[in-house]
Amino acid sequence: MTVDFQPRIVVFACNWCSYAGADLAGVSRLQYPATTRVIRVMCSGRVTPGFILEAFRLGADGVLVTGCHPGDCHYISGNQNAVITVDRTTQLLRLLGLEPGRLRLEWVSAAEGARFAHVMSEFTEHIRKMGPTPLKPETCNLKPVTR
Amino acid sequence: MTRIGVFICHCGSNIAGHVDVEAVAEYARTLPGVVFVQRNMYTCSDAGLSEIKTAIVQQGLERVVVAACTPRTHEPLFRQACREAGLNPYLFEFVNIRDQCSWVHMHEPEAATRKAQDLVRMGVAKARLLEPLEEQELPVEPSALVIGGGMIGMTAALNLANRGFPVKLVEREAQLGGLLLRLDRLYPTQEEARPLVEERVAAVLAHPRIEVFTSAALLEVKGFVGNYEVTVAAGGQSHTLKVGAIIVATGARPLQPVGLYGYDGQRVITQLELEEVLRGWRGVGAGRLGTGKLGVGKLGIGKLGIGKLGDGGTGEQTDNPPPNLPIYQSTNLPTRVVMIQCVGARTPERPYCSRICCTTAIKNALEIREISPETEVYILYRDTETQGTRYEAYYTRARQAGIQFIRYSPQRPPRVTDERVVVYDELLGANLGIPYDLVVLSTPLVAQDGAQALAQLLKVPVDEHGFFLEAHAKLRPLDFATDGVYVAGTARWPAHLEETITQAYGAAARAATVLSKEHVVSSGVVAQVNEALCRGCGRCVEVCEFGAPVLVEVAPGVTVARVNPVLCKGCGACASRCPTGAMTARHFTDRQVLAMVRAALSEEMR
Repeated sequence: MTVDFQPRIVVFACNWCSYAGADLAGVSRLQYPATTRVIRVMCSGRVTPGFILEAFRLGADGVLVTGCHPGDCHYISGNQNAVITVDRTTQLLRLLGLEPGRLRLEWVSAAEGARFAHVMSEFTEHIRKMGPTPLKPETCNLKPVTR
Repeated sequence: MTRIGVFICHCGSNIAGHVDVEAVAEYARTLPGVVFVQRNMYTCSDAGLSEIKTAIVQQGLERVVVAACTPRTHEPLFRQACREAGLNPYLFEFVNIRDQCSWVHMHEPEAATRKAQDLVRMGVAKARLLEPLEEQELPVEPSALVIGGGMIGMTAALNLANRGFPVKLVEREAQLGGLLLRLDRLYPTQEEARPLVEERVAAVLAHPRIEVFTSAALLEVKGFVGNYEVTVAAGGQSHTLKVGAIIVATGARPLQPVGLYGYDGQRVITQLELEEVLRGWRGVGAGRLGTGKLGVGKLGIGKLGIGKLGDGGTGEQTDNPPPNLPIYQSTNLPTRVVMIQCVGARTPERPYCSRICCTTAIKNALEIREISPETEVYILYRDTETQGTRYEAYYTRARQAGIQFIRYSPQRPPRVTDERVVVYDELLGANLGIPYDLVVLSTPLVAQDGAQALAQLLKVPVDEHGFFLEAHAKLRPLDFATDGVYVAGTARWPAHLEETITQAYGAAARAATVLSKEHVVSSGVVAQVNEALCRGCGRCVEVCEFGAPVLVEVAPGVTVARVNPVLCKGCGACASRCPTGAMTARHFTDRQVLAMVRAALSEEMR
């Protein structure tokens, strides 16, 4: 691990809560490290183990799935599906030899700009401490297959 | 290769002040498929929009990517520009480089610029795979169903009918009017409740556009916004009603305090029972009860078993209907009345505040004093909640009228004995024994019996207390997440009458936004089944909260899922759950999301 290790973090954000929370962090001019790349989905329940594993396969140092707080899901129960997905994928990460701490599920509401910024900063710091992904050297020269 | 145009917004200096937009534009030119790149001072301005439209036509753009503020505010605008230039609006992709980039990395312009370039690359990668989607237009049935014929349901029904929409009003009881029919007077004006209700019942019954079903039961709800089909049983037959919108106004009911404070419906009654007693007193103007045994005897103390006396428990441990106890009907006026607040409310089992009980107690205390100025009234309270300009003054008026407020703590609740109510006065620091003729318990409003079953019929949620749950606590207080279904009144939460009347008008207005349209447009962002891959396992049906996918037998022994695009909300849960890949969440397909994941982490240069 080097001092200037800049983690590469993929963030899945649901359209209604977490993506809106990310916008609010911007509107509030709350600063956080430029280590994250947000992918908008309509619901955290849309995220599949495949999306997460593909990110790790291509060298992501961390993956965050963010959604509405329990009980606040725009689609009533979509975030409960996200819980199941993240739990199961975490088991798969262990099998792959990846530390489970590289994948995390966080609830961020549309009103929680400060929380979004905090989660980004805190997770970046967490990944920085863990160091670069161990999968990277093995897979960086593999090309993804497209249908 | 698909021809992609990328427009990069400066947003004045909001983006350009922290991100090197020129470098982002140069980078965008290197991405596969990008044939046109333009920077705009404000892409959302008339000039910016017309440049998008011109480029679509002149450059033959097949996809448009705008890197600017956020899709949450501006996506509809840019989609419309695409539509106007003849491009399917779903061939547009938004890249957020302001709210989630320039504004949050203001002190590291180089990192912000790199991130903006990455985000543009991700947007272009998805844009390449976007598909044109169709929006469906369906005609709207311009009539409404209102469930619940109390004050709120009637108010909503009248409001909609007066706008010109036919309304079907469904009431479970034999007559309209609801809980308010049982009240004596209303706070804070002390006006009589019954004439107000009766006036409204008459208006509803006389209205040519309102059809009323009493003693009715809702059997089935099918369909979707603009096109609901509801089956109602009433008058010994079933009716099929076609409506475009539904308002839930089923109200709430007061908790029956069975097993609490010696409740017997005679000497220990509820505030609601007191309302009916007050009407009796007012009508008779009867003689006063003696303080002594005489009154007690007359009130039928003998009927009270010793074991029934008690203190605060939880009340209504089961869903069994409360016993049909005879109500205190004496026409004698009491010498002392003790009211106990928060009976069965703000307890671990029922932690919420019912909001109306403090004001109700004050109202009834003032009424007692008005009818019988000599009667002493004590209100034993935990906290008195009388917020606002009117109710706090009302509380002050009650204290000035000599009503005694005594504070107790839930750790030391009052005890009701045969002779007196014993309470530890928190402020005095001493036990008081108050002889009484009548004890009145203030119980909270609780969810209506059958609310849960109705919620399931309508596919809308209830909260942990059984009250209906709106789509968003702050921003969509009268909507359900299901389009075309709205909620008003105490079916949602205990509230004062003027608040619930306001909600009735609001819900009627919300319903009118659907009913006044000629047709509803369904989003193109919906799930779609590839029937060749579907094996009919039904996991999509299980996971969907909106009943969009259904299993259909297409040939003997061959079952596949089909999605009703009007019911589908496009969340994509079914696509995530589908084991065969038959289900696609359009606009957020596996291929599209994976393309973004790959582009986030790797570069594919041309």
